[in-house]
Amino acid sequence: MSQTITIDPVTRLEGHGKITIQLNGQGEVEDAHFHVTQVRGFEKFSEGRPFYEMPALMARICGICPVSHLIASAKACEAIMSVRIPHTAAQLRRMLNLAQMVQSHSLSFFYLSSPDLLLGMESDPKTRHIFGVVGARPELGRAGIGLRRFGQHIIELLGNKRIHPGWVIPGGVTEPLAQAKRDEILAMMPEAYSNIKLALDWYKQIAETFRPEIEVFANFPSLYMGLINEDESVEFTDGALRLIDAQGSIVEDGINATRFSEVIGEAVEPYSYTKFAYYKPLGYPEGSYRVGPLARLNIVKTMGTPLADVELAAFKQLANGPVQSSFYYHHARLVDMLYGIEKIEQILSDPLILDKHVRATAGVNRLEGAGQAEAPRGTLHHHYKVDENGLITWANLVIATGQNNNAMNKGVLQAARHYVKNGKFTEGILNRVEAVVRTFDPCLSCSTHAYGQMPLALTLLSPDGEVVDRLTRS
Amino acid sequence: MTTVAVDVKTLVIDGQNVSARAGQTILEVARENSIDIPTLCHLDGLSDVGACRLCVVEIKGNNKLLPACVATVEEGMEVTTTTERLTKHRRTILELLFAERNHICSVCVSNGHCELQSLAQSQGLTHVRLPYRNPQLAVDASHERFTIDHNRCILCTRCVRVCAEIEGAHVWDVMGRGIDSMIISDLHEEWGKSSCTRCGKCVQVCPTGALFDKSKIGSDHPKYPDFLPYLNLMREAQ
Repeated sequence: MSQTITIDPVTRLEGHGKITIQLNGQGEVEDAHFHVTQVRGFEKFSEGRPFYEMPALMARICGICPVSHLIASAKACEAIMSVRIPHTAAQLRRMLNLAQMVQSHSLSFFYLSSPDLLLGMESDPKTRHIFGVVGARPELGRAGIGLRRFGQHIIELLGNKRIHPGWVIPGGVTEPLAQAKRDEILAMMPEAYSNIKLALDWYKQIAETFRPEIEVFANFPSLYMGLINEDESVEFTDGALRLIDAQGSIVEDGINATRFSEVIGEAVEPYSYTKFAYYKPLGYPEGSYRVGPLARLNIVKTMGTPLADVELAAFKQLANGPVQSSFYYHHARLVDMLYGIEKIEQILSDPLILDKHVRATAGVNRLEGAGQAEAPRGTLHHHYKVDENGLITWANLVIATGQNNNAMNKGVLQAARHYVKNGKFTEGILNRVEAVVRTFDPCLSCSTHAYGQMPLALTLLSPDGEVVDRLTRS
Repeated sequence: MTTVAVDVKTLVIDGQNVSARAGQTILEVARENSIDIPTLCHLDGLSDVGACRLCVVEIKGNNKLLPACVATVEEGMEVTTTTERLTKHRRTILELLFAERNHICSVCVSNGHCELQSLAQSQGLTHVRLPYRNPQLAVDASHERFTIDHNRCILCTRCVRVCAEIEGAHVWDVMGRGIDSMIISDLHEEWGKSSCTRCGKCVQVCPTGALFDKSKIGSDHPKYPDFLPYLNLMREAQ
């Protein structure tokens, strides 16, 4: 008798998702899917709105990474305005984006994934959360909370608000950086460095104990894409996209926002509201690729900051060519954070950082524009069309989770096949299947409304839909 | 030496004995005596139309609620500006305004300095009991400098009045009746093609984010409607 195992909702994710695992008559895994079960409609209801409202409107997609949407959207608007923003504004935005990356990565690593890594995949779900981590290793919990505060506080200092700051606007930012604020950020640096060092040291100690998970957590060759600078260093806000293959050879380089839609297509599957992005010349699903921390580290030659470069060199030793296992997203995430902290410090030492010219103004000078940036979880692309008056007539957003969608689905299937045998599974096994998705840190276009741990219900259905068994975690 | 006889009225507002000149409105007298009455369509420097009804007050011996912005003082009047009944009415008016069109504060250009939003807060409006109408209204961005978003318009007609009374252009007016009422420029032409003088007074007096400067958002766009009394004063002085 075939069965379907449903994990709904998947816990410790940003947003609401569901996993289904189909078993055949022999109890072997036939197929598995990761479903995103909501539709948000942002692209549709932004139609008719003035284009310069888009950054604020689009930031509302997510309370975790509103800054990425602000920046990608503002850049798309600047393409419509045909302006180049002042140097200081570009630097300030870069810092804001990095601060958000640090806080979002700490959320993903410490709050959502470290319970699995510290307490174990099979540990009691009642304590498998951030408070369990704080109880077991207080200094680790403190480091995570400290890094999140670091990022959030910089966002608040720059944009006056931790969530949905209105500071980033088409043309730049609304106000320059005050010296007192710069000094306050600089004062936070030593603690941030010590926290990330603690996290990296701890992760490296425990990583090898997860060898079985490393082998089956979405561990397969694929293409990788991310923003990169001309000097082949990592980039989150400007630069252009590079796409490499599983061997590390460059497939496409210098993909700017205008060219993005020529190269990247989006497929639709009936089981998910999230689209599946793919590299057009290879078609779907062969052209599927991964984005995010793992992809970023795979495509770059250097981080561009001294401490992160040492860590990048160590990371590159994990594989001959691109690192393939998605388990290493955790590792890459920590390197990203170290880079972010170093880069913020570098940006603050820019002699022009307190300059008052932070905004370019213009009207509608082009009827179409696109912008891209690296969100913490991967490349984010916004593409708008406007009428003569600047009202949006069409919008398309390609988000990181859509670009990782195929890899997440393949990863869920890979892990389910490995762990679910003879139709038997435990809570710990299903937690591993969820943990595969967690490595990608997908943002299911949710906001911060999910508070605490959501209940997890597993249902075993017979082919005629009858409930065979039910397991509930509350 | 000539003396001007002033017709003085004495009355009571919220238990406070106050004196006023004949012809003054209850609102004027109340504000002169630091008694707060919430208003929305009223703006110092413009004529009053008593449209929003937020300033309604109770008068002893009168069953009707009177709008303080247009009701004039009378000798011996006993006015109460805050009662449970009045608060209930004011909240209901605000709920009706919020339900009528699309007021999404979080992404509105006036978030944080919107008179409708501030009133909702000061009147303790925690939720809207009425179903939202969610009308599909257009945004007119044809003007070179300004935009009108009818979704956020509460039909207070401040723009109509400031344009006609102060600027003297009378570009804005109201079209239709009841729920179908709309602010229009000239004879319902695009604002960018209208006879607008581009003075921007309507933008400054708009209590919500319905009228705003192009390319401005949120904290970027405070409004300064207090120029009107000065403008009137200077013109009268000439």
